[in-house]
Amino acid sequence: MSSPDTAQPRAADAAGPAPPLGPGPAASGGRLVWRPRGTDAVQTTASLAALVLMILVFSVLDAQFRSWDNVVAVVDAAAVLAVVTVGLTFVLLLGAIDLSVEGVIGACALTVALLVANSRTGLDLGVLGVAATVALGAAFGLLSGVLSTRLRIPSFLTTLGVYAIGLGVATILFSGERPIVEDPWLGDWASSRFLGFTIVSWVAAGAILVGWLIQRYTRVGRYAYAIGGAEDIARLSGVPVARYKTAAFAVAGAFYGLGAVMATSQLGSGVVQAGSGLNFSAIAAAVIGGTLLVGGRGGVLQSMIGVLVLTVLQNGLILAGVSPYAQQAVQGVIVVVAVAAATWPVRHRLGVVK
Amino acid sequence: MSDPVLSVEGLTKRYPGVTALDGMSFEVRPHEVVGLIGENGAGKSTLLKSLVGLVTPDAGTIRVRGEAVRLRGVAHAGSVGIGMVFQEQSLVPNLTVAENILLGAERSAVRGGIYRWRAMKTLAQEQLDKIGSRIDPGARTDTLTFAQRQMVEVAKVLTIEERITGEPVVLLDEPTSVLERDEIATLFAQIERLRRRASVVFVSHRLDEVLEVSDRVYVLRNGQVVAEVDPSAVDATDLHHLLIGRESGGSHYHDEAQRECDGAPVRLRVENLSTAGCTKVSFEVRAGEVVGVAGVQGSGREDVCRALFGAIRSSGGRVTLDDQPFRLGSPRSAVRSGVGYVPSERRTDGIIPPMSVAENLSMAHVGEVCSGPVLQVKRERGLVDHWVRRLGIKTPSPDTAIGTLSGGNQQKVVLARWMIDDDLRLLILDHPTRGLDVGAKSDVYALIRDLAAAGCAVLLLSDTLEEMIALSHRVVVMKDGEVVTTVETPKGAKPDPVVILEEMV
Repeated sequence: MSSPDTAQPRAADAAGPAPPLGPGPAASGGRLVWRPRGTDAVQTTASLAALVLMILVFSVLDAQFRSWDNVVAVVDAAAVLAVVTVGLTFVLLLGAIDLSVEGVIGACALTVALLVANSRTGLDLGVLGVAATVALGAAFGLLSGVLSTRLRIPSFLTTLGVYAIGLGVATILFSGERPIVEDPWLGDWASSRFLGFTIVSWVAAGAILVGWLIQRYTRVGRYAYAIGGAEDIARLSGVPVARYKTAAFAVAGAFYGLGAVMATSQLGSGVVQAGSGLNFSAIAAAVIGGTLLVGGRGGVLQSMIGVLVLTVLQNGLILAGVSPYAQQAVQGVIVVVAVAAATWPVRHRLGVVK
Repeated sequence: MSDPVLSVEGLTKRYPGVTALDGMSFEVRPHEVVGLIGENGAGKSTLLKSLVGLVTPDAGTIRVRGEAVRLRGVAHAGSVGIGMVFQEQSLVPNLTVAENILLGAERSAVRGGIYRWRAMKTLAQEQLDKIGSRIDPGARTDTLTFAQRQMVEVAKVLTIEERITGEPVVLLDEPTSVLERDEIATLFAQIERLRRRASVVFVSHRLDEVLEVSDRVYVLRNGQVVAEVDPSAVDATDLHHLLIGRESGGSHYHDEAQRECDGAPVRLRVENLSTAGCTKVSFEVRAGEVVGVAGVQGSGREDVCRALFGAIRSSGGRVTLDDQPFRLGSPRSAVRSGVGYVPSERRTDGIIPPMSVAENLSMAHVGEVCSGPVLQVKRERGLVDHWVRRLGIKTPSPDTAIGTLSGGNQQKVVLARWMIDDDLRLLILDHPTRGLDVGAKSDVYALIRDLAAAGCAVLLLSDTLEEMIALSHRVVVMKDGEVVTTVETPKGAKPDPVVILEEMV
């Protein structure tokens, strides 16, 4: 770590009035106490521990859970959520929120089903169709970003609008007749396996890697951290904040587009509701993993821990025979508990909560 | 004599009701450390903000190396060679040191949008080497101490050297206010080092520090430069007098209205109160007494006030109100015990701008105008009309949004909010006249006199010592979180502000 410039690295604690443990108020007279150190790291460690604990408990309870087949099943089940969560992570890093996921996925699911060989159109674009769908997802993200930054409308509202637009586009494309995917290549994504896992899972692994590279090595990724960490300071330093916010939304949209392609492959046809339930799960997964809604904290890999927590939980509950209705409630409880735990160290600073 | 690097001529900035800069002029020559001192409200912060383009002056010229510039923001100021180390710091906490130093101007560390971490660390290290810092460029910024982050900021400011021809001007805004003693020594050594490659403007209200570090000192008061002094030829007492100046006579403060209260019972007794910013503070306030709390920024006096009102947490101590134990918990319990608080940041903490005068006035004691949960509009109207008349609040109607009134009238509403409580026992005034014009100040002084005469205990924090001394019966002086002394300020025998100032710094 750093070698201190001054006498002792924690002079603040050594002398005078000791602030209460952990984070203090940002500016309360005496010493300025910086933001809580590594709150997100604590959160990630905690969720990793929860994941391990859950796996242990389910393994003891149920022999079927610890079988290799079940491991594969969990990974395959996590694939679409993982890709969507990678995308959403970039928006959350900004300190913004994206509620357009299900709409964008709906529109993209219909688009890809109609562009590859299918029962309704004469098109057979194959990989080009997939690329076009990912581009459409990015375009939706671009729209959310432009609306948020140029019209200065909170992302909460713009993305809710884009959600509705996406579902509308999906419904128009659907036009009463479900397009069945007849492209064998795309069909193979969900059915053929490589080293035991479906192609969809491998695509997800690739997407996670790409997401991590974007986060670590590109301006879009690094500036997302800067904007989420302290937007005004980033602006003062000359960062074109609006442009990079918009770019982050576009990156997120591209991942939703890819998620739609994967879901469509699994469903075998273009479905308007292909993304149903994914928005909540993706936000929950990201937050559980340590990508907090305040922005600038967490990241793609942390979010993936959250994805595994949710998927393992769901899988374990199914094997344990818990009703699917109860599962949703359990998921809700877990999200609330996780968020409360994540913000616990800074609770006394949360003077106004809306 | 060499030409000035930076010169400011007749800089003026007016805000509604206040003139922050009133034709300010000064210059900075190459490799010079220039000190700027002034009390709160003297115009220091507005001046600095103008110099980095965060405030657009109404009139006047800023020249850099003889050329007039119109600054559009921090990044633009950097491109002409003016950089500032902000008091509240301007680093993104969740990024690495290297990213912060180069943020927005990464140069060869980012090619085609792709980060090259090794190049980034090398470039950042070059900046850190300029100031001889051993901070790891790969460290996350929020793991550093305040003093270390300040060094990172200096390194970041020096990146403007690569963008300009010639040497930069570095503005240091109250750089020592939250540093420990040994850290200050490190900073001063750094300033000596810095002057070899830049000109430095050092802004502070700590006179001894300004005298120690500066080649020349400008004294600011009321938005103007009132004196330019040579640090080797003056002592702190001379500067104190220049700093405080002389305003108007006694009638401004309604001196004749100050009542003796020696025999009055002790209303508030504070014993060993501690918070994050103050340690074992003890003092008393009698009924009808006005007690001032003096201290520079970081002395912990704001902490004492906010802790008493329950707005921040206290970590220990005993407080009694009329000899009854007084639990420091929340503002709500304080209000219920008859304690009121007028915050220093009126617009953000004192009023709710879009709500009406009436709503803002009755806010703290809604019970007075309600029957059960139902608001009695007629009763509220009667109460509000009474106070608007009594305090001479100038408002078109009680339903006018308070945000549209002048600062003085807003403040009267805030005071009335507490005065409507017949059982008000203690009123804490945190800079009650900040941002008010002379007439409005005088009105607020009269109200404070009235409150004290009616037996309310008043705890007063003030921007200027003159005001505090004039209004108070006693002044408690704080420094570094502790009470250092108490100065009696009785009617007719007011001490010289310098006596208190010398205890403060």
